[in-house]
Amino acid sequence: MLVRFWGTRGSIPVAMTSAEVKRKLVTALVAAAGRGLDTPGKARAFVEEELAFSVSHTFGGNSSCVQIETGGPDYVLCDLGSGARVLGNNVLATGGPNGHRFHVFMSHLHWDHIMGFPFFMPAYLPGNHVRIYGCHDALEEAFRRQNAAPSFPVDFSRMAARIEFIRLEPERDYDIAGLRVRAKRQHHGGDSYGYRIERAGKAVVYSTDSEHKQDDPKEVEAFVEFFREADLVIFDAQYSLADAISVKEDWGHSSNVVGVEMCQLARAKRLCLYHHEPIFDDERIAALLTETRRLEEITHGDHRVEIHAAYDGLEIPL
Amino acid sequence: MDMELVSKRFADTVVLFPEGRIDHATAEQFKAALAPHLATCAEGRDRVVIDMSGVEYISSVGLRVLMLASKQSKGQGCTLAVCGLQPVVREIFAISRFDLVLQVFPTLHETLAALSAEALAAFGAA
Repeated sequence: MLVRFWGTRGSIPVAMTSAEVKRKLVTALVAAAGRGLDTPGKARAFVEEELAFSVSHTFGGNSSCVQIETGGPDYVLCDLGSGARVLGNNVLATGGPNGHRFHVFMSHLHWDHIMGFPFFMPAYLPGNHVRIYGCHDALEEAFRRQNAAPSFPVDFSRMAARIEFIRLEPERDYDIAGLRVRAKRQHHGGDSYGYRIERAGKAVVYSTDSEHKQDDPKEVEAFVEFFREADLVIFDAQYSLADAISVKEDWGHSSNVVGVEMCQLARAKRLCLYHHEPIFDDERIAALLTETRRLEEITHGDHRVEIHAAYDGLEIPL
Repeated sequence: MDMELVSKRFADTVVLFPEGRIDHATAEQFKAALAPHLATCAEGRDRVVIDMSGVEYISSVGLRVLMLASKQSKGQGCTLAVCGLQPVVREIFAISRFDLVLQVFPTLHETLAALSAEALAAFGAA
């Protein structure tokens, strides 16, 4: 399996400002002074190998959308935030206009997780097939409503692809697109659902928009079991722990600290910080990653967890 | 029981000395041990200081207990402070941003000096 991130920002899409671009350029140019970077190859190597990620790249600003490449012919996605727009365009550019089938597992129906669908071009083209899975009663209604007046000019009925909505029951195993899939209810306004997706001995857990209040040991243990020995846990780390249990309590998100602890308890292989706080710039997210790796380093027992911070375009092979 | 909670009184200030690890296994014990001291804490009366110098590790569940204690003490108009963090615990406080939401002092002496002249005098005489 390969996991590819198309949208990693929490709550609302963001874009880099011109001031942030300028700051990166100034930092890079000063670092490059006197280095004789007189060919594209030399410059590219310098950018890739010597500049900090937060200078040479950006974590990106699209809202939630993750692709799981299974090796099969179908596309498997989690959520349809604004990252789905980029993914859809990429599919058409590389695979032609039709003949595509998508399986989408929806964590929940908040706007930042569905807003990419009106701009998901494969849905407008006949010959494509979109199967949207979720545990919420209002699954279909939410998608139809955002494509309706007065919110959007092109009605859902104009989408020419075959679009199906499939209700799943949490805590039950399903075989979908060659994958074993299980949903788990999470603490979030209106509920959200995490997905454990397994294939050929590999397991990915997609667990975003999930607050871990940690006031019930049985609930903690249930999540640890859900994450158990996963190859990758994609984890909502939007807030600091202090914020998550004080001023932002009941806002429905979690922290890097809880992510590390749960992955340690579950003996998961990799933790990917996800659903980044929209007010964080690249330096702040990079610092969060450094701190989280340090936390893992000073608290691990006989099991190590590899820590990543998701960015738009990140690929993690499993 | 993996965690001890010794208490000492210095004038108007109660100092608690947890030891060991405050994690999933011990957080409830820690919470229960804090409760009677927080219950009597009120504005202009007692202050509560948690000297963490004997704590080698604190997990998010343990930090949650501190947050609840902080909320309770604020609600009662009482002062709660933490001091003496070991290096690992100090890093956990920084990474979790608890150093921004709790009153944290380097040493017990500095804590008492900041909170209560009477308690500092009693501490010096002890």
